[in-house]
Amino acid sequence: MKASADIIRPYGDTTDDGMVQVSFTLPVPLDKRAEGAALQLAAKMGLAPALLVHAMAMGSDFTFFIVYGSVSHLVDLREVIVIEREFALLSAKDVNAAIKKRLHRKLVVVGACIGTDAHTVGIDAILNIKGFAGEKGLEYYSEIRVVNCGAQVLVPELVARARAEKADAVLVSQVVTQKDRHIHNTMTMSAAFREAYPAGKVPLLVVGGPRFEQGSADALGVDRVFGKGTTPGEVASYLVHAMATMREQTT
Amino acid sequence: MSPVTRMTQNSPAKPKLELDPTVIRKARSLARKAGAPVVKITKTHTTVSVERAVLRLAGLSGADHEGVPWVNHLVDAVRDEVGLEHGVTTPVFDALRRGEAPDLLTLAQKSAADSVSFRVPQGRDGSAAQKLALRSVKPGMARIDKNRATRERLVKRHGNPKQRPWIYLIVATGDIYEDIPQAQTAAREGADIIAVIRSTGQSLLDFVPEGATREGYAGTYATQENFRLMRAALDDVSKELGRYIRLVNYASGLCMPEIATLAGLERLDMMLNDSMYGILFRDINPIRTFVDQRFSRQIHARAGIIINTGEDNYLTTADAVDAAHTVTVSQLMNEYFAKEAGLQDWQLGLGHAFEINPEIPDSFRMELAQALLARQLFPKAPLKWMPPTKYMTGDVFRGYLLDGFFNLVGTMTGQDILLVGMMTEAVVTPFLSDRDLALQNVRYVLNAAGGLAEDFHPPRDGFIQTRARQVLSEAVDLLEKIANDTTGQPGSVPLLQAIGDGTFGLMKRPADAGKGLDGVVKRAPGYDNPVSTLLERPTVSERRPPIAGSASDNPKGAEA
Repeated sequence: MKASADIIRPYGDTTDDGMVQVSFTLPVPLDKRAEGAALQLAAKMGLAPALLVHAMAMGSDFTFFIVYGSVSHLVDLREVIVIEREFALLSAKDVNAAIKKRLHRKLVVVGACIGTDAHTVGIDAILNIKGFAGEKGLEYYSEIRVVNCGAQVLVPELVARARAEKADAVLVSQVVTQKDRHIHNTMTMSAAFREAYPAGKVPLLVVGGPRFEQGSADALGVDRVFGKGTTPGEVASYLVHAMATMREQTT
Repeated sequence: MSPVTRMTQNSPAKPKLELDPTVIRKARSLARKAGAPVVKITKTHTTVSVERAVLRLAGLSGADHEGVPWVNHLVDAVRDEVGLEHGVTTPVFDALRRGEAPDLLTLAQKSAADSVSFRVPQGRDGSAAQKLALRSVKPGMARIDKNRATRERLVKRHGNPKQRPWIYLIVATGDIYEDIPQAQTAAREGADIIAVIRSTGQSLLDFVPEGATREGYAGTYATQENFRLMRAALDDVSKELGRYIRLVNYASGLCMPEIATLAGLERLDMMLNDSMYGILFRDINPIRTFVDQRFSRQIHARAGIIINTGEDNYLTTADAVDAAHTVTVSQLMNEYFAKEAGLQDWQLGLGHAFEINPEIPDSFRMELAQALLARQLFPKAPLKWMPPTKYMTGDVFRGYLLDGFFNLVGTMTGQDILLVGMMTEAVVTPFLSDRDLALQNVRYVLNAAGGLAEDFHPPRDGFIQTRARQVLSEAVDLLEKIANDTTGQPGSVPLLQAIGDGTFGLMKRPADAGKGLDGVVKRAPGYDNPVSTLLERPTVSERRPPIAGSASDNPKGAEA
């Protein structure tokens, strides 16, 4: 099988050897049958030949396996879809200058973890001066006023706070994803904002968390979704970009 | 690792760090100075949750068909009619004396239907009601005492873990019937302590759910029935393994006093209970937290429960190098509040965590310095050592290595309780295999390097000693700042002021805001709480610590 530039295979230690490593647990006791079961799964995953390098009992009813093997699947790079960032990355200085020029006042950002989510790591990384990945948080920007409501904020509280602070943007972080809490909470939140504000006056709704799907903003009723590893600079740059289409808030 | 190893490493003859005893004394006296005014406030307030805990000890349990506990109904009814300023028991037991209902449960049911009238009895009626209240909570207290004796007996029969640190594992499926086999499996694989993580929302519920629960978010609800089921399951497995398996839950959030009480009633062994966590990380009103916490800790002291404090949380929001001293300050404050509430050294599972950025040069040495500092400041406390979370990424291989280094610090510095780190931290809810791999990691390190504490003596004025001294001195500076924070109104409480100013974890929490504020009540002069009466009565017997060897090794105790 000869791969063109667009067709690739995994690289173990030689071009196109297709080698991958997987580990998994099967709910069977460790014996010959369990090992056969692991190899069967590996074959169905496209590993041929598959090498069962490790099998270990996990208690009396489970077995843990590590399998190496050459995967028969090909990757076609032409079919990969990448969602490009729709805005330019700006420095803190440029962000401040842009806000000053467009708004003639500070941009107000209200942030929170909503619902039962108590993990403030994400929202704090974006908002706190301390920041994330070497970038200072939004509090550091002289032209942004940050109101961090913290964790487990109820949606009505968040709406009230956003109104009281005349928020231009509302940032919501959702880390807990069990039983799709993050999706449910986000949709509740966006619906509450649409209900509380007149049409066209709703602040920018931005949600972030490790498990949001790219491109799901519309379905969630928000303006933008950010994923794992997002830095404060990206969020600030997005806010400036979105301001271009944002109407002046009066409520 | 033999018990001898520990004796050696805690030997007073050769401390690992040369810390100035006058600085340590100063740190403790500042912690007392900062804490004492807060304790004073707690003695003049009560909360709805404290009052509900008292009713639980008087034997009131269960909930209506909508799941609202009867203790909530009764406390709300009393509050609506006569207020809680005098405590809930005086009006309640007065009503029973007047024949409003034959027993507490009926009274609570009638109160939910608004068909009882309460009053604050005066004079002879008042003291008779209080006497009846005292008599009524005694069986509950006796059950807590009996559970403590049972634990001591079972520990004696089955034995403590053979190695140190004790291995602490978390289960959290949301379904108690799923948790039970997982917890038993974990114990069989080597866990000494099982923590059942609570459902995320529970800390902000102003009631304790009832019964066995099968649905929770990122954890399982803490309920009396769940406690009972899990303790019974662990008793079975303790017997099977010949090792007493301890059970942990969370006395935190709005129902802290009630959950502490249920823990005592169902023989839980350790409870997460931090003096400021709820204020800073859950935005619970500071006064509510301190009042609830004091009562909870008094219960824990009585029940022989080891508390676990939550200093690891500071480091998830602040930088573990720059904010290292805030951990020390929090440990000192937790120690002060704990001892004031009657807890003894062997009950203070003070927390700290391996959260320094691994990219920083010498990060491992700084972790060693911090862990040794805690060890030496609190020589008799069963320190709880918590694994990396902040710098755990999707790179599970690197995470596994970090956890190995975390385990190494734990054993080299003589930590007592080791919360096992999972390589899939920050990725997914741990797989069954992750737990097993994590335990292999722990076993390898303890087996290979368990005795290393004996050889490890950081040189005088070397990097580790210097770093530890620096953190301690920054802690003293911060305590000084807190104890002398007089930026508020005259007569304001410096520690509350400091919390309001955002001194801890960068979060500002004013004393007149936060969740649960409306559940705080200022006590009237005639306030009576029969449980507090019993808890604050000086006890005759000083009980033996269950962790043999840890209390008698070092004569320089952590006296607050």
